[in-house]
Amino acid sequence: MNKPITKLTAKDFTSDQEVRWCPGCGDYAILKCMQRTLPELGATTENTVFVSGIGCSSRFPYYMATYGFHTIHGRAPAIATGVKLANPELDVWVITGDGDGLSIGGNHLMHALRRNVDLNILLFNNEIYGLTKGQYSPTSQEGTRSPSTPFGSLDRPLVPAAFALGSGAHFVARTIDTAQKHMPEIFKRAHAHKGASFVEIFQNCIVYNDAVFESFTERSVIDDRTLDVRHDEPMLYGKEKDKGIIFNAKTMQLETVTLGENGITEADILVHDETNLTLAHMLTHMTPPDFPMVIGVIYCNPATSYERDMIAQMAAVKAERGIPDMNAHLRRGYTWTVE
Amino acid sequence: MDTIEATDRLEELDSVVVRFAGDSGDGMQLTGSQFTSSTALAGNDLATFPDFPAEIRAPAGTTFGVSAFQINFGSSTVLTAGDDPDVLVAMNPAALKVNLKNVREGGLLVIDTGAFSKRNLQKAGYDTNPLETPLLDRFQVLKFDISKLTMDAVKDYGLSNKDALRCKNMWTLGLMMWMFTRPRETVIKWLDSKFASMPTIRDANIAALNAGHAFGDTAELGAAIKRYRVDRAQSEAGEYRTVTGSQALAWGVAAAGQLANMPIMFGSYPITPASPLLHELSRMKEFNVLTFQAEDEIAAICSAIGASYAGSIGVTSSSGPGIALKGEALGLAISTELPLLVINSQRGGPSTGLPTKTEQSDLYQAIYGRNGDAPIPVIATATPGDCFDVAIEATRIALKYMTPVMLLTDGYIANAAEPWKLPDINNYPSIAVTQKAARDPSDETAFNPFERDPKTLARPWAVPGTPGLEHRIGGIEKSSETGHISYDPDNHQRMSDLRAQKINNIANDIPLQTVTLGKDHGALAVVGWGSTYGPIDQAVRRARAEGLDVSHIHIRHIHPFPRNLKSLLAAFDKVIVAEMNMGQLITVLRDRYLLDARSVTKVSGQPFKIRELLTAIHEELGEQGARAAE
Repeated sequence: MNKPITKLTAKDFTSDQEVRWCPGCGDYAILKCMQRTLPELGATTENTVFVSGIGCSSRFPYYMATYGFHTIHGRAPAIATGVKLANPELDVWVITGDGDGLSIGGNHLMHALRRNVDLNILLFNNEIYGLTKGQYSPTSQEGTRSPSTPFGSLDRPLVPAAFALGSGAHFVARTIDTAQKHMPEIFKRAHAHKGASFVEIFQNCIVYNDAVFESFTERSVIDDRTLDVRHDEPMLYGKEKDKGIIFNAKTMQLETVTLGENGITEADILVHDETNLTLAHMLTHMTPPDFPMVIGVIYCNPATSYERDMIAQMAAVKAERGIPDMNAHLRRGYTWTVE
Repeated sequence: MDTIEATDRLEELDSVVVRFAGDSGDGMQLTGSQFTSSTALAGNDLATFPDFPAEIRAPAGTTFGVSAFQINFGSSTVLTAGDDPDVLVAMNPAALKVNLKNVREGGLLVIDTGAFSKRNLQKAGYDTNPLETPLLDRFQVLKFDISKLTMDAVKDYGLSNKDALRCKNMWTLGLMMWMFTRPRETVIKWLDSKFASMPTIRDANIAALNAGHAFGDTAELGAAIKRYRVDRAQSEAGEYRTVTGSQALAWGVAAAGQLANMPIMFGSYPITPASPLLHELSRMKEFNVLTFQAEDEIAAICSAIGASYAGSIGVTSSSGPGIALKGEALGLAISTELPLLVINSQRGGPSTGLPTKTEQSDLYQAIYGRNGDAPIPVIATATPGDCFDVAIEATRIALKYMTPVMLLTDGYIANAAEPWKLPDINNYPSIAVTQKAARDPSDETAFNPFERDPKTLARPWAVPGTPGLEHRIGGIEKSSETGHISYDPDNHQRMSDLRAQKINNIANDIPLQTVTLGKDHGALAVVGWGSTYGPIDQAVRRARAEGLDVSHIHIRHIHPFPRNLKSLLAAFDKVIVAEMNMGQLITVLRDRYLLDARSVTKVSGQPFKIRELLTAIHEELGEQGARAAE
């Protein structure tokens, strides 16, 4: 069929369904950004599939005018794996949250990352269960008071990006719902990476966990409290780009410094290498208030993806065995004839 | 060695049941399957029953480490692995202890005295050596030191003691092949290929096999031991092979893909006794079968659902505990109306239950075991060979009606082997598949993914990648008008009705229920499903030979039932429902038809014995049966 040559726009990716998130939810900004970015990627509506689990973020596919599958709690990576194995030509995006992806579905997320299935996995982290009305989640800070933890939560939170790296992810990035210039870049990088791409999005839940990321996302402090890492560039941050990260070889730790203080020059500042796994691990564990929160592409070190390896293996067997013959297959080994 | 009188009698038998029993490490399953191959080649009909422990290598010498392989072969139709062994091969005291109670009076015991050490006797729980007590008086006993005879036979090969002793299963096999006049060539050929890279081990095994055979020929075996000849069975003309249920099922799944001209995506997670299906299919990539060993049972079914959504035939497989884990995802496939084949190789339950033993206790789970009103077709295999056709039939239904289908088999069928008349794939009708075509970009109307085919009520299969069919589906209730999310109460009623009606209509698209054996009306029908086919058929055959008015009805389509089943059952004065659970099919039949029937059940992890069913038939037929029983 002949496709119209006209370039697609955000409108082409917007479904006719009324969006039903709470007014002011961070999800709106992510949705708009996705609808705006997909045409820039050259994506088509028919070859794009959004697969989600259960939770507020998982309603996302309904609002995209692409193929969409709103599945069951935690299982989106497993279903998306099946989609990708059946048709590797599809662009498959997985939309999940901190409860969906890291609690009930932690196992599937781990294995999708480990296998390096070519999925773009967006984890909307709002550090709370929204759709079930505000219980603490596996990323909630210790002491979070919620309907299920009225005296404060006791378990320590998980660092999603560290979990992804530990699972063997080859692409790990972070962005912020309100960072409308930053997020499209991250989506483009995730899309370009062939293999599992893991993107954590700090997403504000205005009803149950409002302002939980404010300490580093608020407009007046964001420059001083986030570090947007870029490959081959020194890790400088701050409004004046006068703060930076150095590696202390004695303590084997990263440290924050200010240019010009204690004789520090730009030459001392660590240069980001997105293929360095050790550095990536250190960056994911840098947490405010002692450090800036790292956003951007923390790790990108491509390897062949699972479905490509699967296709190659099947093609090799097919090439070796030739056209299959079921009758011959059934008759392999000992057979005998009754007259 | 005991001195026994020589003999060259050759006794003709209709059928024989031989049971090989030994320690898990004694290689009894290999011995049994090799004996099976040569028996099939000799032209006998046969059925086998591999009976092994759940532990991979239970402590040696213990009763719970005993592994057995039973084969029933004969010159007429053989449908079960036999009730009571005529011959028991016991490679150690524990094997004797576990299996002796089943050997028929006067049966033959072949015993390796070399394994009857004080320690082994203790481990088996014998205070005194049973070979020296009257315990074995009612049997014929052949006892010799097979361990030593094997060591002698292979001493020239320079094997370690341990490796040399491992040849004793081949020595025993050689003796049994002599006893039943079986050709050894197939076994030698098999040893050639199995140990191709280990020529010494290969040669030692062949030497042991030949030594065992020669021992039968030349040793002074007494009147106790006879050679037997079982004539070729009168089978239907054609080409045959032996097949296990797992093999036939795997080949049937691949064949279904070929007939539909579509790729198969098989998502599975290892579990006993379903794993052989994954193993078999993983070797069939040239048939466009993609196998995916998922991280768990849930991911296994979810990957299959994802593949079905994206246009492949999604298939998943497990046993009861794994099917339980798949339950929620199965509901998603029902709600989104995607084709899916779910295979349950049933085992003893509940919970972990009896992983290596057979049972039919997941019928409720198959029909009812999900949240919400979630109907799916349920179809069951009867015999190993039947698995091939049932896999094709289940796939046909799944694709035509856009629904998950539950295929029930069990551990017995999965592992048992039988001669199978090879089908010609060209004789099977192709499976028609309609994936909705791309829409014209100028078409401004909204695409409704739930616009049903008025005849089948199936929704269109709208595969991602197709221009113009972009749509969103999910587990939330959908509007029957638009496919969008709908919480409208009337719509939910309508969609629930439609989902139920779609499945019920399948009753019009499956064969009418027939009577397997006997008349279509009369005094008594014995109704069964699944692997009870063999024992029920044999029991009914015997009862009919006694002059009793009994018929056998075997149900393949359990949900929905064939539409004539109710009237067929009503044509019998009495009905027995025999199944390997606590009475599940009978509950379903009562529920559907208010059927008054007698339940005959067994959950010992072993298949029904013909005798047990025959007794039930006699009892149910009152005086007529009592006279026959005399």
